[in-house]
Amino acid sequence: MDMKANKKLGLKERYALMTRDLEWDTTYEPMDKVFPCTSYEGIKIHDWDKWQDPFRLTMDAYWKYQAEKERKLYAIIDAFNQNNGHLGVTDARYLNAVKLFIGAVPHLEYMAFRGFSHLGRQMVGAGPRVACLMQAIDELRHYQTQIHSISNYNKYYNGMHDFANQMSRVWYLSVTKSFFDDAYTSGPFEFMVAIGFSFEYVLTNLLFVPFISGAAYNGDMAAMTFGFSAQSDEARHMTLGLECIKFMLEQDPDNLPIVQRWMDKWMHRGARILGVIGMMMDYMLPKRVMSWQEAWEAYYEQNGSALFNDLARYGIRPPKVGQLAAFEKEHISHQLWAGFYQYGALTSFHTWIPSDEEMDWLSSKYPNTFDKYYRPRWEYWKEEAKQGRRFYNKTLPMLCQTCQIPLLFTEPDDPTQISYRDTEYKGEHYHFCSDGCKEIFEHEPEKYIQSWLPAHQIVQGNSFNPGTDPTAPDFDVVGAVFQHYNMQHGRDNLDFDGSEDQKNFAAWRAAATKN
Amino acid sequence: MAVSALRTYVFEPADAEKNFHGLRIVYVGWDKHLMFASPFMLAVTPDSSFGDLVAKNLADAYGAHPDFAKVDWSKVEWLKNSQPWTPDFGKSVDANGIRHKDLLRFRTPGLAGIGGKDI
Repeated sequence: MDMKANKKLGLKERYALMTRDLEWDTTYEPMDKVFPCTSYEGIKIHDWDKWQDPFRLTMDAYWKYQAEKERKLYAIIDAFNQNNGHLGVTDARYLNAVKLFIGAVPHLEYMAFRGFSHLGRQMVGAGPRVACLMQAIDELRHYQTQIHSISNYNKYYNGMHDFANQMSRVWYLSVTKSFFDDAYTSGPFEFMVAIGFSFEYVLTNLLFVPFISGAAYNGDMAAMTFGFSAQSDEARHMTLGLECIKFMLEQDPDNLPIVQRWMDKWMHRGARILGVIGMMMDYMLPKRVMSWQEAWEAYYEQNGSALFNDLARYGIRPPKVGQLAAFEKEHISHQLWAGFYQYGALTSFHTWIPSDEEMDWLSSKYPNTFDKYYRPRWEYWKEEAKQGRRFYNKTLPMLCQTCQIPLLFTEPDDPTQISYRDTEYKGEHYHFCSDGCKEIFEHEPEKYIQSWLPAHQIVQGNSFNPGTDPTAPDFDVVGAVFQHYNMQHGRDNLDFDGSEDQKNFAAWRAAATKN
Repeated sequence: MAVSALRTYVFEPADAEKNFHGLRIVYVGWDKHLMFASPFMLAVTPDSSFGDLVAKNLADAYGAHPDFAKVDWSKVEWLKNSQPWTPDFGKSVDANGIRHKDLLRFRTPGLAGIGGKDI
């Protein structure tokens, strides 16, 4: 019997059949009841069919590509782990950057998964829904691969044992948690500007390039591998974020001021968070890639200005944070590391004073600021530590109501003056680190009056384990908070110099290279 | 509308004074002394004296700084919520008009920080 085989479908036809052709308008229920989330933010969409799919990938092809990437990733991680790859990193000090990463980033990926799953349900057009669904699965994959890649370090080094619980408890992790909580509780279009555009398109290079290059420079093949594995996903995410911006701006002129405000907000929030990456690049990597200032100039000022020039035809102007960051790029990494150094008794990673050679590198990279404002602090603290008085600040800091970072940033026109902003809302007094954070609050105060500020939560008694009695006469607040954070004092925290990680690494490496 | 939302969106502030078990939050910053990365959050009873706040809370928070012991409190310039202000050390925090989550900044002319560099 002769079989008559139909011609195999082309990619374009397969894509059309498996995405947009699956779409229908509901009739039992009105469409706006089935998709209730796409109108309340004020964004007006007249024709969802005008959405240009930024990439044409069907689900079956997606699974195939992703499975291939997974096989490679796990093969490399297995080899790295079996070969005691952790002893090949430049120095155990490097792993403190990994500890910060595992504390903050996998959770962000997980929340991105939740956010894009929500969009995969709520967007009206089938094109954006399918794209968001794939991105949701990508984000879940990133969350898993990051944890799997880093888990081997957890067998040998301190401070990584309870990252999942610490995310919602520890004071400095509230900064990253609140960022994504804010995005996740926004409407679908704001979420897309926050994560799809500002974070994935504009700022992602500042997170991944420095971190993953930093991993490569410092012999961390585990982190490098998941970075490369995520890279092709990121390229897809970037095109989705940009397409959504263009779609909104082309659909209705009333969308412009809303999109502009979201860009201002999320570029500001994003820049605040990425200061920590700056600190990692300038202070934490034993072998440094580039300075934070250089990274900001390359990836934000140059790449970003090309992007915003392109968007100028829609009436978009560059985000306000650019002006603030033009000043802060020479300061924030120093201010943040000085902050973590002195609060180093309250962290689940180690801190240290930069070596003389590192300070010289900082002087050369920051000729306008390091010697004038920051080196004297390190020299003083170095002398203090030598006298047995390593400086630990034990008083809780004042936090910004919006970004939740301690008020440690200085005025753009005076690097010796802390920047203070405040406002009143319904008879309560609120404080901020910057005009950007104050503006975000004032636009939606009802959201940010709920901020879970860790310093306040401790005093309110919400950072202790069940059964703790804060009224007991011998109550030890710091000890109780540590129990709740599941951190071990003297082991997970304090200076790198003298730490168990430092001693173990030296002993294990000696055993691997000598008899 | 205070927030873009599908339904009515009204919440209690997380940091209302009643949530602090009788304590009042007072923020304090020592200008031009950046050895301390950020200003501090103190929790005091409203009826405690301002003198105690300085002698106990500020000494605990700032005592590690070599300038702190040299501060002449009669010459300190105070700002309350960015306005010039003169505290009465004998009166309570409350009687000094310090409300929940107010910000006190103090300046110590003549004490320019470590190495005279505002640190």
